[in-house]
Amino acid sequence: MKEEIIIAGFGGQGVLSMGKILAYSGIMQDKEVTWMPSYGPEMRGGTANVTVIISDSKISSPVLARFDTAIILNQQSMDKFGPAVKPGGLLIYDPNGITIPPSRQDITICTIDAANESALLGNTKTYNMVVLGAFLKMKPVISMENIVLGLKKSIPERSHHLIGINVQAIETGINNVKIINKV
Amino acid sequence: MEREDLIKEENLVYSKTPLLTDTVMHYCPGCTHGVVHKMIAEVIEDMGIQEKTIGISPVGCAVFAYNYIDIDWQQAAHGRAPALATAVKRLNPYKYVFTYQGDGDLASIGTAEVIHACNRGENIVIIFINNAIYGMTGGQMAPTTLLGQITSTTPYGRRSDLNGFPLKMTEIVAKLDGTCYVTRQSAHTPQAVRKCKKAIRKAFENSMLNKGTSFVEIVSTCNSGWKLTPVKANKWMEENMFPFYPLGDVKDR
Amino acid sequence: MAEKLLMKGNEAIAFGAIRCGCDGYFGYPITPQSEIMETLMEQQPWESTGMVVLQAESETASINMLYGGAATGKRVMTSSSSPGISLMCEGLSYLAGAELPCLVVDVMRGGPGLGTIQPSQADYFQCVKGGGHGDYRLIVLAPASVQEMYDFVDKAFTLAFKYRIPAMILADGVIGQMMEKVELGPAKPRRSEAEIEAECGNWATTGKKTDRKRNIITSLALEAPVQEKFNLKLIEKHRKIEENEVMYSTYRTEDAEHLIIAYGSMSRIAETVTDMAREQGIKAGLLRPVTLYPFPKREIEAFAQKVKTMLVVELSAGQMVEDVRLAVNGRIPVNFYGRYGGMVPSPDQILEEFKKNIN
Repeated sequence: MKEEIIIAGFGGQGVLSMGKILAYSGIMQDKEVTWMPSYGPEMRGGTANVTVIISDSKISSPVLARFDTAIILNQQSMDKFGPAVKPGGLLIYDPNGITIPPSRQDITICTIDAANESALLGNTKTYNMVVLGAFLKMKPVISMENIVLGLKKSIPERSHHLIGINVQAIETGINNVKIINKV
Repeated sequence: MEREDLIKEENLVYSKTPLLTDTVMHYCPGCTHGVVHKMIAEVIEDMGIQEKTIGISPVGCAVFAYNYIDIDWQQAAHGRAPALATAVKRLNPYKYVFTYQGDGDLASIGTAEVIHACNRGENIVIIFINNAIYGMTGGQMAPTTLLGQITSTTPYGRRSDLNGFPLKMTEIVAKLDGTCYVTRQSAHTPQAVRKCKKAIRKAFENSMLNKGTSFVEIVSTCNSGWKLTPVKANKWMEENMFPFYPLGDVKDR
Repeated sequence: MAEKLLMKGNEAIAFGAIRCGCDGYFGYPITPQSEIMETLMEQQPWESTGMVVLQAESETASINMLYGGAATGKRVMTSSSSPGISLMCEGLSYLAGAELPCLVVDVMRGGPGLGTIQPSQADYFQCVKGGGHGDYRLIVLAPASVQEMYDFVDKAFTLAFKYRIPAMILADGVIGQMMEKVELGPAKPRRSEAEIEAECGNWATTGKKTDRKRNIITSLALEAPVQEKFNLKLIEKHRKIEENEVMYSTYRTEDAEHLIIAYGSMSRIAETVTDMAREQGIKAGLLRPVTLYPFPKREIEAFAQKVKTMLVVELSAGQMVEDVRLAVNGRIPVNFYGRYGGMVPSPDQILEEFKKNIN
């Protein structure tokens, strides 16, 4: 098993921390992982993206040009990474802020209305966990049990009381992902 | 009394501290460095801290200080002695650590290091030899060179419009909260030497009291650089240096 | 089994320091390595191991604090990125001249000048060939994973003390910023004063004891014949290091006809390129120098008898490739592919270049 994922959006959407939680959960499931951010001035409000690789065996390059899954949270990232999904791969996006939806027929395309769902949960900070839920529904590479362990490892102890709401957000994502195109 | 009797131990009135080595000093006749070296060696001997003292020598005339005082020494890059001393003291808090720096080393190239060591209140001793000139490189202007003073790079005298103003490091570091004892001394008369040695001892004692940095400036002569005889150099210092660099404690807390 | 943690390469350096008995860290913030000092300050090792952590006023002060600390026989380190390392080069020359063991971590970024904050390997010449003035070398280790960032801290200190020479961990923004799984090895305590005395007592300035001469740490000789004698001593030291401490690794080289040579993050990417080339029927292999000084020149020379071409891949305009070409000595073509200024190539881009050069 090897899953190569790009998560891309705006700084502040929790792109990097979603990647970290996913990677830490991978370790909890005894996988090899890498988390490779694109960093720079982008960290301050511009686009942010992170490549996460989860694998049964040792990982060579942490830097990739093509991905099994692209999780896309703004239009710039759609333009950049939409074409980078491998044929047969998966593209998940939040339709809020996407003006030109993807039209590829050779990949599975899903939407998750994470902005609205997290607002309904009463905590827009859980936005990225709703998106993570959508991914886990489509690619159940990590068990929910290990996701919770990964959350505990990624979040500082003083914030552990927020794990419940984060799990709730992941479940919301699992239940609300919409398949637009299936291959 | 015959010579044989004179040198008998019971008749000795003075002996060189064993902490001063027998190496012949390379300093010019009349130079203040040798006098200050002796004071430091005597303080270390008096306090019985030879095994616990680490000296940091500068770049400049005193680069070879390690040849003259029988303690462990580190020789620093130009101006960086307070950075070395910071680490030595932080890593070895029960050791006595002092830097020995001239005006080029401390007040020019090493300004950042001395200001920040003093500002952090490192529990070290800084001995600052101010003779208002670069001795080792042949008498160029120092940051502490007086206005009007002739050096090889101010052959017509230091001008504030061309060369800026003489820098009063002692007054600057006294303003920093990290320093506990800041004093300006000289070593040109027996009286001055006695006072100066007391100041050095106090500075060394402070370094185990967790009070901060002790800074001892010693206004000195460089008769070679100044192109004066030792006697005339002392006179020139009294007449020109002391009015601008007044002696005495600036801070003691 | 040790706990598995997810952390950045920079954080791994900090944990490696705390857990290998490091006595002191002195540094100045610069991207992309500031997490090293931040992690140390957060961990507060002075409360646990007694390790000193100090934010200095500059890189110049930091490297000279290393000089002071190392001269008392302590395990001391600093870290910086390219522009900061330039400032430290004066101090590195003095450390080498005074034969002081210490560790400097360089997480390289794009240059010259202020450049960028993205990954680069353009400081190879500076770090591997010396950087400061005078004839000297540093032992240079190039980690290619976050685990190695952790492991190499202890390894570098061990080598530095074995030879009384400054050691460097030469990483880049990729290795510093990416997160991977790390298993923390057993923690080593800091050495006691008695242990330091036993190991370094004949040179370290720990305070002059009555039963020994005073120890003097200096790089000053003044007289040419004395300095030449010291230079010869350094040359002999370097010869021993070249003989005994070369580290490298190979990947799929048994039957390789075309060899890729890369270090650090680029060796990770090149490993994927090797696999992709093999899938396309090209007999590719990879050699990764782990020590950049000493450089695995004998091993590369041996490969020059076996393979048809070599491709050196670097995040620079071509620096390590010069050492490879010296080792190959014209026997086979040595090609080069580089990216600059903080750009990191994907495996696909390297593969394309690789295929161009073997036809």
